[in-house]
Amino acid sequence: MNYSTSSFFRESRNLFFKVLVIIFTIITLFPLIAILFYIFKEGISAINWHFLTHMPKPVGETGGGILNAIIGSVFIIVVAALIAVPIGVSVGLFFSDSNSQSKLYRVSHLAVDVLQGIPSIVIGIIIYLWFVKPFGKFSAVSGSIALAFMMLPSIIKSTEETLKRVPHSLKEASLALGVPYYKTMIRVIVPTGLSGILNGVILGIARVAGETAPLLFTAFGNPFLNFSIFKPMASLPLIIFNYAISPYDDWHQLAWGASFILVMIILFLNILTKLAERKWKVRF
Amino acid sequence: MESTILRTENFNAFFGTSHVLKNVNLAIPRKKISAVMGPSGCGKSTFIRCINRMHEFIENATSTGIIFLDGENIFKFNPTMLRRRVGMVFQQPNPFNTMSIYKNVISGYTLNGYKLSKTEKDEIVETSLKHAALWDEVKDNLHKKGTFLSGGQQQRLCIARSLAMKPEIILLDEPTSALDPISTSKIEELLLVLKNEYTIIIVTHNMQQAARISDYTAFFYLGELTEWDETKTVFTNPKNEKTSNYITGRFG
Repeated sequence: MNYSTSSFFRESRNLFFKVLVIIFTIITLFPLIAILFYIFKEGISAINWHFLTHMPKPVGETGGGILNAIIGSVFIIVVAALIAVPIGVSVGLFFSDSNSQSKLYRVSHLAVDVLQGIPSIVIGIIIYLWFVKPFGKFSAVSGSIALAFMMLPSIIKSTEETLKRVPHSLKEASLALGVPYYKTMIRVIVPTGLSGILNGVILGIARVAGETAPLLFTAFGNPFLNFSIFKPMASLPLIIFNYAISPYDDWHQLAWGASFILVMIILFLNILTKLAERKWKVRF
Repeated sequence: MESTILRTENFNAFFGTSHVLKNVNLAIPRKKISAVMGPSGCGKSTFIRCINRMHEFIENATSTGIIFLDGENIFKFNPTMLRRRVGMVFQQPNPFNTMSIYKNVISGYTLNGYKLSKTEKDEIVETSLKHAALWDEVKDNLHKKGTFLSGGQQQRLCIARSLAMKPEIILLDEPTSALDPISTSKIEELLLVLKNEYTIIIVTHNMQQAARISDYTAFFYLGELTEWDETKTVFTNPKNEKTSNYITGRFG
């Protein structure tokens, strides 16, 4: 056998795959950069102080801002996080600590997987049936509940995965000091896994910040400034949706501006995740 | 024999159907070092984990028989109260990695929700660290994370943490098996000092260690207590053939 030729083929095959992988990586990266660039280009011209601090103007008048949508988004997301974080962390805690053969674990784990796959519009409809129809009005809090459902899987999974990695010896150390079981979990195990839990929470928030469908029949949207979570409320994705499907050019411009703000918020949350991870990372 | 602090009566422990401790009857003397020896899987760790009822946390783990602490049945205690009287140090140093050295030492109080004044805390931390022979090495870094210490220092920090609760008995589960010889000898010296105030029960794989520091030695073989006597007697004149085989290195 001629070794030099076989080595030539091997090396060229190697090179071929290497190039292929790099090309595909660039191909996936390209749309992301293109989208960000386009939003930046279209959106940046809409952004100014007025845009951030004023209310939308009626049709026909120029100018106007998205203050109500920014405030609405913040309200809806904060309330959603207040609902989802305690539940999600508790469920994650239970999962991390329970026997993976037990029936409750298996059934609820499957349920969380399924929940992750439910289309957001379906969640919106369900919440509409459960919380909007019975009370007879749209409200920000029903939107928060819908978003909370969407955040849950990410929070549960990251909590479970993080806490599973906390060494068993720490739990034993605490129990051996006479610390009751629940206190051991809350005061030793959860703080040790804090960075991973925060990571999941922030990613969960980033994931739902741009959701439109679950808010369509719940928070509904509101052209006025509103601070009551029991009334309809505007939000960034909704305002983008409404402005984008409108026939007016200056509204399209506002939609681009709002898209830009939304993307910036999500980008910021992702950076925050990285920082939180670094800050609270615990050495084992 | 001196006064007894801990006595087991027909004690058996199980994991599911496997019988890991068989009818153990033993009286541990107060303020002495008792070593628990035996080949792997003989039930030594299980034995000391039964004393502070950590055994119960393992699924399917059960036990029969009674253990008396100062004449009281420990299975009638609230387990968390029992564990405050019987401290434990593990094989791997396990300081709480979210806490500073200071907070690690005081953690038995803070985690249990005791309210202590700053001076009380300072005093407990200082005396515990002094007892654990760690004070001089860490007194300037009390508020640094405990995980920055070396393995041997971490293990002494764990000893200080359990001393802070002022236990009557300290259980040590192969406390030096993850440490280098110098850290090991420091811990051994420390245990010899601590026995003036505490009863110490130490599980060890290392026969020399048992011979060096313990006053009494228990030898377990396949879950049975085959030998229990003064260390000197166990090592020079064992009654049971299995003990003598183990000690002379014929198995184990």
